[in-house]
Amino acid sequence: MAENVIGTDISPPDLRAKITGRARYAEDFRAEGMVFAKLLLSPMPHARVRSVDTSAAEAMEGVLGILRAEELPVPGGGLREAALTDEPKYEGEPILAVAAVDETTAAAAVEAIRVDFEPLPFVLDPLESLREDGPDAHVDGNISAGRGELGSLKWPASVFEEAGADRLPMGEAPTEWAIGDIDAGFAEADVVVEETIVHQSVTHHPMEPRSCMAYWQNGKLFLHGSTQSTERTRGGVARMAGVEPDDVVFIGEYCGGGFGSKISGSPIMAVPAVLSRKIGRPVMLRITRYEENYIGRARAGFQGWAKMGFRADGRMTALDLYLVQDSGPFGASDVFTAATVATASYQPENMRFRGVAILTNTPPRSAQRAPGGAQIVAMLEPLVDKAARELDVDRLEIRKINAPGHDGWLGPQQGGFTSAYVREALDLGGELFNWEEKSQLSGQRNGTKVTGVGMGLSPFTAGSAGRDGLLVIRPDGKLHVHQGIGNLGTHSIADTARPAADVLDLSWDQVEIVWGDTSKHLPFSTVQAGSQTTHAHTRANHAAGTAMLGLLQELAARELGGSPTDYRVADGRVFRAGNRAAGMDFAEAARRAIAIGGKFSGQEVPEELNDATKAAVAGLAGEGLIAAARDNYSRGGSVYTWVATFAQVELDVETGEVEIIDLASTTDCGTVMHPRSLAAQTNGGVFQGIGMAKGQRWVFDPKWGIPFTKRFYTARPPGILDVPLSPRFAAVDEPDPHTPVGAKGIGEPPVGAGEAAYVCAVADAMGGLCLCRTPLTADMILAELEGRPRPYGLLETHV
Amino acid sequence: MLQTEAIQARRGGFTRRKFIKGVIAAGATASVSGYLFRGSGVFAPMLTAQGAVERLITVTVNGQQRRVDVPKYETLAMTLRYQLGLTGTKLGCDRAECGACTVLLDGVTHYGCSILTHSVQGREVTTIEGLEQDGELHPVQQAVMDEGGFQCAFCAPGFAMSMVGMLEKNPNPTREEAAELLSGNLCRCGDYDKILNTAMRAAELSRSRA
Repeated sequence: MAENVIGTDISPPDLRAKITGRARYAEDFRAEGMVFAKLLLSPMPHARVRSVDTSAAEAMEGVLGILRAEELPVPGGGLREAALTDEPKYEGEPILAVAAVDETTAAAAVEAIRVDFEPLPFVLDPLESLREDGPDAHVDGNISAGRGELGSLKWPASVFEEAGADRLPMGEAPTEWAIGDIDAGFAEADVVVEETIVHQSVTHHPMEPRSCMAYWQNGKLFLHGSTQSTERTRGGVARMAGVEPDDVVFIGEYCGGGFGSKISGSPIMAVPAVLSRKIGRPVMLRITRYEENYIGRARAGFQGWAKMGFRADGRMTALDLYLVQDSGPFGASDVFTAATVATASYQPENMRFRGVAILTNTPPRSAQRAPGGAQIVAMLEPLVDKAARELDVDRLEIRKINAPGHDGWLGPQQGGFTSAYVREALDLGGELFNWEEKSQLSGQRNGTKVTGVGMGLSPFTAGSAGRDGLLVIRPDGKLHVHQGIGNLGTHSIADTARPAADVLDLSWDQVEIVWGDTSKHLPFSTVQAGSQTTHAHTRANHAAGTAMLGLLQELAARELGGSPTDYRVADGRVFRAGNRAAGMDFAEAARRAIAIGGKFSGQEVPEELNDATKAAVAGLAGEGLIAAARDNYSRGGSVYTWVATFAQVELDVETGEVEIIDLASTTDCGTVMHPRSLAAQTNGGVFQGIGMAKGQRWVFDPKWGIPFTKRFYTARPPGILDVPLSPRFAAVDEPDPHTPVGAKGIGEPPVGAGEAAYVCAVADAMGGLCLCRTPLTADMILAELEGRPRPYGLLETHV
Repeated sequence: MLQTEAIQARRGGFTRRKFIKGVIAAGATASVSGYLFRGSGVFAPMLTAQGAVERLITVTVNGQQRRVDVPKYETLAMTLRYQLGLTGTKLGCDRAECGACTVLLDGVTHYGCSILTHSVQGREVTTIEGLEQDGELHPVQQAVMDEGGFQCAFCAPGFAMSMVGMLEKNPNPTREEAAELLSGNLCRCGDYDKILNTAMRAAELSRSRA
């Protein structure tokens, strides 16, 4: 029995390439005659290009061509972002691109181009734009009115006057929903807590910037890029290049990190694609770290206000939330997700959410690992602690009291979950961390250092359904699993293939993963985002494995006699039950399938398959025994994963420095597919959250509207010395009953858990004082401890 | 309002270059392009001066003598990647902030993005491609395989080279010492726990092979 296929540690099949330098990321590819492109970036946060003089650049030796915004097949405009623009809406937005024989020449040519910009009003703070006389990020408005249209939202001066400087002004909100009666909820409460909250925006900064290289051959575009998804990237690339998806070959075998910033292609990919066609040469566009800061996407921060009511027994009777999001120049917002995520933590008896997303002239936002979720968890968890202290209820206990069980509900529609072992995860975490003893250390002082202990519970969506699996047993006797998902380091490219091997009782060394190149015939897949992949593709490959099992049995019956149910499959053979000799190995099955054709080798395909999969099967037809299937398994509710993180910190009251002494995390993410990788995903997410809580920030020059923090050294993600040497981890490991393998996703929820645990532990070290904002920099902490005036306004962003 | 003043200052045919000067005068930094070599005015003299220096030099990379034609200002990371086809050395920041380009010079770790190719003449350069010997993985690489190290792995070659350098300096590190010695490398996936497991395993393998 190949019983070790699920739930064991494996060495991912691409690891040797990664550690010998043979793994090729986008910038590692070369093409005959390849030249280089450089971008000219806007020096102003909002402007209009009046004229461009490229004559000097074009006269330079080695310059091959210049690409302007108007030449893009799909130009930008309004909320639609394109690779290049003549109306930049943030400092650093690309205006044009130059191709030259080498990068130095291209850069020199960019310097020789004269652009006359008409400066336009700009806005960095959403609240400023909500004022009647405040500036707008676009000439035509400051909010998205849906369907790509711009709208305008202004609040009367009285709203701002009533609120004062330290409380969120709460005017009319375009989005509002409620559960129960918020006023009745507060009337019933024994303790009410209320705070102004501010979460910063944070650039994703994957280690690999979004460099890309493109060339054309026989009318087809070949594009090497760095994306989280593969099959789902092709359509986007085709649109931006103005060709049909069939005329695009997208190659992305390795993705050096995305975290939501490279879900299915980047606007900038249009530059080498279109420029290459224009000049008839392969074009490499290297994106530098400096450029990545601008075009590389960022988490959307918010300014807000939260009020919670609790009964004496710790149950949350009311949650009132108002969030004003900084949605960047193109309107990416996640505050609506934030509100939904909050329900998955606390199940408030009554709730009201009001939210608005305001456009600003700051770098574009996109989903970032637990979009909305991480921010709201980090902002609300310290408030729960504050209430717990007032109620004299243990902080772990109050979370257990409010956490959902299997009968829990989600969001304004109050739909159900597929499973929710949240209390089990909290209990496991309490044990792993030794909460009972450690929580007694709160406030203990040792010299200048004060101990703080805190925890964070973080839910996030973790699955989807309806994708396809595609398997081929080739005459080499191996099972080839075609994966349309991307390879961004989560190991899901291998782990989601395991159920197919499991169903066929095949050992892992007989499995080959096919991925990373759309010419390799990849099935319809999920975008590798929203922690969907593990859930969605363990299902799809389980379905395909089951289909393959059926084909093997049918083939054996047809060739060797008897009925399909007489046959078993194990160890790479299909054979009669009770007589291993009466059968054939997979290599033989593949040969016979090719000879028979029809449904055995892809000449006929199930009608229910998605179109992309049908095309992939057609491309493979005749190459082996081919099984493709759609995931038709029932879903039974919202798929959610929860992570709980516990932190012990030491706050140095003289320097404001915080050291993390101990860290432990647990999760309910269903069946554990790959223990070592799961722990790594969780710890890595927790560290990303801690990075946000600790110090990654944006700071702008308010006069010129340009950022000061645009490289690692000014907004550094956590380094190896910033985190504990041995974080601990455990999983509940209870299968989700609504999915055949029982596995749910893990990517997103650790971020909020780590961030919240850190914020709560720091507040604990400060005697329960919540600053209710991130990042918590040393100067902010010290100002509070020393009773000095705050060096920032309570609602101020980018500090 | 500051902004109004800034906009007014810029109206009236402000060019990109003038704007930058204004911003620089205001104490901020700005550039239109994230160049490899940034800052207007730096380029022209470099380009015209190219012919004046000896460009054809010999460098020793992974035990092989390689003749390369490089301008004075080219960094080792660029030469490795674009002239010698050694793309295992990654560029993550090009400013000595992330360590993805870490290579060894005479056994000592250096950021390949921050050293000029002309300055490594006569020194032994080792890159990730040079660790494997006759198909056998270096203890550091074997440790990665054993521990399932790294996630996206864009930082992996740099970390691996730092681990090799670490073992030269301290063949028997504690976990704390390993963290200290690897702190010049950044992993955005935050896979530090597994990286430290790998470093400890590498030290173990290295001792047993010695």
